Amino acid sequence: MTLIPSAARKTLLEQSAQRILITDGAFGTEIQNYGLSEADYAGSLGLSHDQKGNNDILALTKPEVPEAIHRAYFAAGADIAETNTFSANRISQADYGAEHLVREINVESAKLARRVADEFTAKDGRPRFVAGAIGPTNKTLSLSPDVNDPGFREIDWDHLVDVYAEQVEALVEGGADFILIETVFDTLNAKAGIMAVRHVEQKLGREIPIMLSMTLTDLSGRNLSGHTVEAFWWAVRHARPVTIGLNCSFGATQLRPHVKALSEIADTLIMVYPNAGLPNELGAYDELPETTAGLVKEWADAGQVNILGGCCGSTPAHIAAMARAVGGLPSRQLPGLTPVTRLAGLEPFIFA
Amino acid sequence: MTTQSSARFVNVGERTNVTGSAAFKKLILAGDYAKAIEVARQQVDNGAQIIDVNMDEGLLDAHAAMTTYLKLIASEPDIARVPIMIDSSKWDVIEAGLKCVSGKPIVNSISMKEGEEAFLAQARKCMDYGAAVVVMAFDEKGQADTRERKVEICCRAYKLLTGMGFPAEDIIFDPNVFAVATGIEEHDRYALDFIEACRDIKAACPHVHISGGLSNLSFSFRGNEPVRRAMHSVFLYHAIPAGMDMAIVNAGQIDIYDQIDPALREAVEDVILMRPVEGELTATERLIALAESFKGRDKAAEKEAEEWRSYDVVKRLEHALVKGIDAYIVEDTEEARLLHARPIEVIEGPLMAGMNRVGDLFGSGQMFLPQVVKSARVMKKAVAHLIPFIEAAKEEGAKAKGRIIMATVKGDVHDIGKNIVGVVLQCNGYEVIDLGVMVPWSRIIETAQKEEVDIIGLSGLITPSLDEMVTVAEEMQRAGMTIPLLIGGATTSKVHTALRIDPAYDGPVVHVLDASRAVGVASQLLSDTQAEGFIAATADEYEAVRIARAGKGGSKLLSIADARANAFVIDPAQKAPAPLQPGLHCYDDWSLTDLADYIDWTPFFRAWELAGTYPAILEDEIVGESARSLYTDAQKMLKRIIEEKWLTARGVCAFWPAHREGDDILLENGTRLPMLRQQFIKSRGRANFCLSDFIDTTDDWLGGFAVGIHGIEPHLERFKADHDDYSDILLKALADRFAEAFAERMHAHVRRDLWAYAQGEQLTNEALIREQYRGIRPAPGYPACPDHTLKPILFDLLKAGDNAGLVLTESQAMLPTAAVSGFYFAHPESQYFGVATIGEDQLADYAERRGQTIEETRRWLRPNLD
Repeated sequence: MTLIPSAARKTLLEQSAQRILITDGAFGTEIQNYGLSEADYAGSLGLSHDQKGNNDILALTKPEVPEAIHRAYFAAGADIAETNTFSANRISQADYGAEHLVREINVESAKLARRVADEFTAKDGRPRFVAGAIGPTNKTLSLSPDVNDPGFREIDWDHLVDVYAEQVEALVEGGADFILIETVFDTLNAKAGIMAVRHVEQKLGREIPIMLSMTLTDLSGRNLSGHTVEAFWWAVRHARPVTIGLNCSFGATQLRPHVKALSEIADTLIMVYPNAGLPNELGAYDELPETTAGLVKEWADAGQVNILGGCCGSTPAHIAAMARAVGGLPSRQLPGLTPVTRLAGLEPFIFA
Repeated sequence: MTTQSSARFVNVGERTNVTGSAAFKKLILAGDYAKAIEVARQQVDNGAQIIDVNMDEGLLDAHAAMTTYLKLIASEPDIARVPIMIDSSKWDVIEAGLKCVSGKPIVNSISMKEGEEAFLAQARKCMDYGAAVVVMAFDEKGQADTRERKVEICCRAYKLLTGMGFPAEDIIFDPNVFAVATGIEEHDRYALDFIEACRDIKAACPHVHISGGLSNLSFSFRGNEPVRRAMHSVFLYHAIPAGMDMAIVNAGQIDIYDQIDPALREAVEDVILMRPVEGELTATERLIALAESFKGRDKAAEKEAEEWRSYDVVKRLEHALVKGIDAYIVEDTEEARLLHARPIEVIEGPLMAGMNRVGDLFGSGQMFLPQVVKSARVMKKAVAHLIPFIEAAKEEGAKAKGRIIMATVKGDVHDIGKNIVGVVLQCNGYEVIDLGVMVPWSRIIETAQKEEVDIIGLSGLITPSLDEMVTVAEEMQRAGMTIPLLIGGATTSKVHTALRIDPAYDGPVVHVLDASRAVGVASQLLSDTQAEGFIAATADEYEAVRIARAGKGGSKLLSIADARANAFVIDPAQKAPAPLQPGLHCYDDWSLTDLADYIDWTPFFRAWELAGTYPAILEDEIVGESARSLYTDAQKMLKRIIEEKWLTARGVCAFWPAHREGDDILLENGTRLPMLRQQFIKSRGRANFCLSDFIDTTDDWLGGFAVGIHGIEPHLERFKADHDDYSDILLKALADRFAEAFAERMHAHVRRDLWAYAQGEQLTNEALIREQYRGIRPAPGYPACPDHTLKPILFDLLKAGDNAGLVLTESQAMLPTAAVSGFYFAHPESQYFGVATIGEDQLADYAERRGQTIEETRRWLRPNLD
């Protein structure tokens, strides 16, 4: 079946060819500022579990909160809103007894992000995008939770594909332009996410562009499943993602060598959204907006990035500072890749 | 930051390929994944850039072996750093592998064998999983053999693949390496065709790679490693410049081109390149002639193994008996017969001497049961060969040390243990009259009197058989017999024998704990000098047991009312949902391949009196060798059972709306299932359990199942005709394992799919064996539900006769013997327990709930009464 091509992919590529685009910043820390009570989270859904901390459910119980945060980021200069749906999948929501609400949370989250994005576009005519965010879930396909039984897995591929497909379909239904598979600590989970998008594409008959973002767990530049940045890229390149990049993990300082490595081999847009530095001894992020902006600007100066944003600890002030810092700088040129066989274990293998 | 690794020629290791490495296959078949992982590690340590994993072996569940192995590899960063080649001829195995590999692997292979549509669908999936792919030169018409066909098929595949967006650089063609020098003229061009096709394909299909499996090439020189290595090296030497850039071969199977013996190299080159040769011989004939002189070295090991064949005939017979080798036994026995004046002398002389040696080794713990049973098979075959000669000479048979009847009592069908004891006794010179299973007391006594036997041995596995043994003892007493009575079997015990059987019969009664004790007991009982002392000592021992029990009085029990007050209370909120697929589910022929995966091997070894846990037992210092040999034989038979479909697994399960009413479980259809409650005094707030505790008072569900393994009889008859007790016992033991595996498998199916209260459950076989899942499946006749007479009710509910072909004997044993039945409880807090001793108050209450007389209930529950 031939899929209807995505117009959003085309628009994003056109926009990013002209300038460095900005995606948004952290949601969790912003929500905390509202000091919501358990009752605020729970609303009138009548769920049996304590909902406090279930940020994603606010789309149903306090939609004005995520909506206001999206508005703040767009006002700060963001081109892209990432939906507040990091944990809105059946596996993570089971912890809150809210599995049955997965579809609704994603549809509503995407809708409200869409609404705010369209509202800003209507004002100034600049395209705004909605990336439907899907997190890694708290289960891993590559590793055993039991050190004595390394062959054991808590979930299997087919199950995870179904879990993701449910979320993907709802996000698309709510109006997401892209599916952002983010904070990838397990490459196999990400591959299941890609497969889920393929299933939904077939079901809906149209292309759903993918954004991929890996997270590193150590300074040598590997994620939890052990893949180097390059091996990760070869392992997921079949997704033909509209962006590939890194998020979370560390601050911009620590990510620098890995951003450089990726920028040399990725024949697609690079999107990086680091944390606002490393957390202090109290677990809080205190890197100043100007500091973060100064660090990510180095990548922009080196021509290594196409889209920038923030992860943990970043605020609308950080995003505004970044937008100011990179405004007017040229976007990264996409390298062409020679057609050789690129395989990957945990490390890359090139067969020319 | 990363170890950049790239290559122009890739040698894919085939040591983690069951079709390429016998050693690896052995490890996987033995389930020794720990060692199998080491094979992969060595390959990577030795520089393998990609590892090929192939589990295509008839005896294996390739699907499961592939996923297990790949998941284990994922946990080894030293191995997982290189890409994996997922190798199978079955697409479903490949896809299962793709779901476990986190990097970018190579799929080996897909082809147009089934047409373009299937080919493109598989290629599309490879793209979606993110994998490069090996495409075999194979189309609807068959495998490409000529240069033209190879090129034609590869070009067509290339066009199709690139047309759908498959990256050209991710295509690796395998244009088929076939055997040359086979003596068939049409095969002569195969190597040259491959090499020439490489050039054409590389020119016509930009960016692709070309791969091939080398071992085929030298197939006609199997067993001649020097020639095979030379052929592989010469082939690569010419194919690589032509465009071949990947090969699947064991690095140890390649020599350095320049170091090959020049004469051999030239002969090989003539064959591979089809160079014209002078003289009368063809290139192939010349290589074959030359090859002989390179053979030699690898044969040395085989010769050593056959050395025993040069011993004199007496030593050969002993060797065959001790080692359990039956390959030459008939010819050796015949040779021995010709050397002796009378055929009986062969039995009394060398054969008995050999068996005495076996008996000594067994007695001193240097041989174990499986080996002894194998030895017995050899002995029986030798004797079978001699019998016609003995009869023709109208001679008396050899004089046995004694004549013993063996029987499984009425109502019971289990005979593995009995057969083992019978074989051990025969090995030690006793004549055994085996009356089989379900033998009524009248036949036992009749035969004993007619055949003037020296000992009667009774066996039984289920608890009602204990009562039947008492009956046999009583009838022996009434018939005025005085010969010794031996008691054995899983539920029998010294205490029961002392308390219930010994008092019923004035002759000697001895409980025999296991097969290894049988010979000692029999020889003492039949010895002129030792019998009296042994009988007196045993009687004293049993008397002491009786006195100890009498002194102890009854165990202290709670009243049934108090026990009920201390019932276990479930959390009703955690109750399982209604089954996803309620009703009755029948399975007429569950895949044995699937079940083989679920086999718990530990009890298998226990049946052969080899103590230890699988798989550690295979490496056990003492019994390891014996266990390995037994396991190998079991795997061989398992393979035949599956491939030749000896057995059929039939089963049924069902779920019924149910609720608890007191200690009864009441089904919506009106069936009442009374359960028994623990009455012994519990400590530390532990409850007095009853199975009904796990069912809610309203709106709950109970499940039930019965599974059986059918079709064993013709095979047992075949083994019997062949004097092959070893295979007979082996098959029965395997059928039992299949029944247990089926029960485990069906329970998993129920949890995940039918009742579906644990849909995402992922458990390894070890975890299943440790019962780390939610819910239990207690069986009537076992500790949590000791009343065997619930079985007919369960069978009626399941229509187990029609649906699973199972019937019950009068003692509630199931037929066929390899069968399991039970109830399903799904509540997460449900657990196994033992009812143990119950009081007279519960007995009366239970009899009333069952609608039985107290006497009848007492008979069935005797093991639970003080």
